Amino acid sequence: MNGIHDMGGMQDFGPVVAAPDEPRFHAAWERRAFGMMLAMGALGQWNLDQSRFARESLPPAQYLASSYYQIWLEGLIRLMLERGLVTREELGDGKIRTPPLSVRAALAADEVAQRLARGASTQRPASAVARFKPGDAVRTSNQNPTSHTRLPRYCRGRPGTIVKLHGAHVFPDSNALGAGEKPQWLYTVRFEARDLWGADTTATAVFVDCWEPHLEAREA
Amino acid sequence: MDHDEPSDRHGHARDHAHAHADGSELSEMDLRVRTLESLLVDKGYVDAKALDALVETYETKIGPRNGARVVAKAWADPNYREWLLEDATAAIASLGYTGRQGEHMVALENTERVHNMVVCTLCSCYPWPVLGLPPVWYKSAPYRSRAVIDPRGVLGEFGVNLVESVELRVWDSTAEIRYLVLPLRPAGTDGWTEDQLMTLVTRDSMIGTGLAKEPQTAKATS
Repeated sequence: MNGIHDMGGMQDFGPVVAAPDEPRFHAAWERRAFGMMLAMGALGQWNLDQSRFARESLPPAQYLASSYYQIWLEGLIRLMLERGLVTREELGDGKIRTPPLSVRAALAADEVAQRLARGASTQRPASAVARFKPGDAVRTSNQNPTSHTRLPRYCRGRPGTIVKLHGAHVFPDSNALGAGEKPQWLYTVRFEARDLWGADTTATAVFVDCWEPHLEAREA
Repeated sequence: MDHDEPSDRHGHARDHAHAHADGSELSEMDLRVRTLESLLVDKGYVDAKALDALVETYETKIGPRNGARVVAKAWADPNYREWLLEDATAAIASLGYTGRQGEHMVALENTERVHNMVVCTLCSCYPWPVLGLPPVWYKSAPYRSRAVIDPRGVLGEFGVNLVESVELRVWDSTAEIRYLVLPLRPAGTDGWTEDQLMTLVTRDSMIGTGLAKEPQTAKATS
């Protein structure tokens, strides 16, 4: 989706303001919202790409006016409402009006350390041979799906060069739709900054991780 | 956001003794999030003690000191540096840093000629096991928008002014690969131990928006 979240190359948001000695969380609610996002994720009712798409789908003006934990919280609420885990009325006053859905047991405190340390690899066995190898000249596809994709607008239809293979990984474009993980080869692609921005850039090169369906071979 | 709270709720939220510099907006958020938490606990979806454990982990256990340990070891031990650049996931795991948002790691070495900088233009992807949770600026529109087109301008705002001949390479974290910058080792640190070297490694130097501290600066501030 060509959403507000896809910010690479936009201008006029002002300077980057770094706060020295910034606290990890800025308010009590941020701590709890962060914890809830992870704990609810552990129930397995949505996948990583669905949670990203929920955040990206906030109304653009709201997205821009929100802190990142607010975006997370709104995304979480959207996911829970979509799946019937909670209702709007329940969110209003916290009182239960519908029975809980039958989901796996809540994440327990003594499972947290192990679960975080294990993480969730997105690498999967490859079902086909990789089309490209380091050094190959490629071009990204020109595509504008209204659904989730991790190919940013600024590098669509652009020439690049493969620099690294990472194995086959879960394909977000499919996974976000609930259409299966459909693992695809993942590559790091080098784009010369002038091929992205013309002369108006201070970068030398921009490196983007791209899945094979977004790449086509190019005459070097 | 939900601005439908009745006015007495606003007052109620403000009366709570949370010292928020930002005022009532955050108090309203506190109330809203507390309501949500109690609902999710009552429904059996969430265990409040697990939330405590999740928050505590990222508030006290996992942060940029982990990454600083990796960098200091790479500076001190050429074999480890080589391993880190070849297979960062394994080299970092050997120090006990693994898991969520760091499942697939790549280390980027800064040199006299090349400076690397990391961004996530689409959201807020960041290598949690080595750097902890990202700072607000990393997730902000100004950084996400400009890092890929004007990294030199962004670096200037961090007080970093590299000579024109240095190549600026920007890495956009669009997949589940997470990047850790291996900053240039400051001069004048020959023979330093890993523990000493660690004091020079800042969070920003591992994102690429900063440089490692100079030895004099580190001594002056430590």
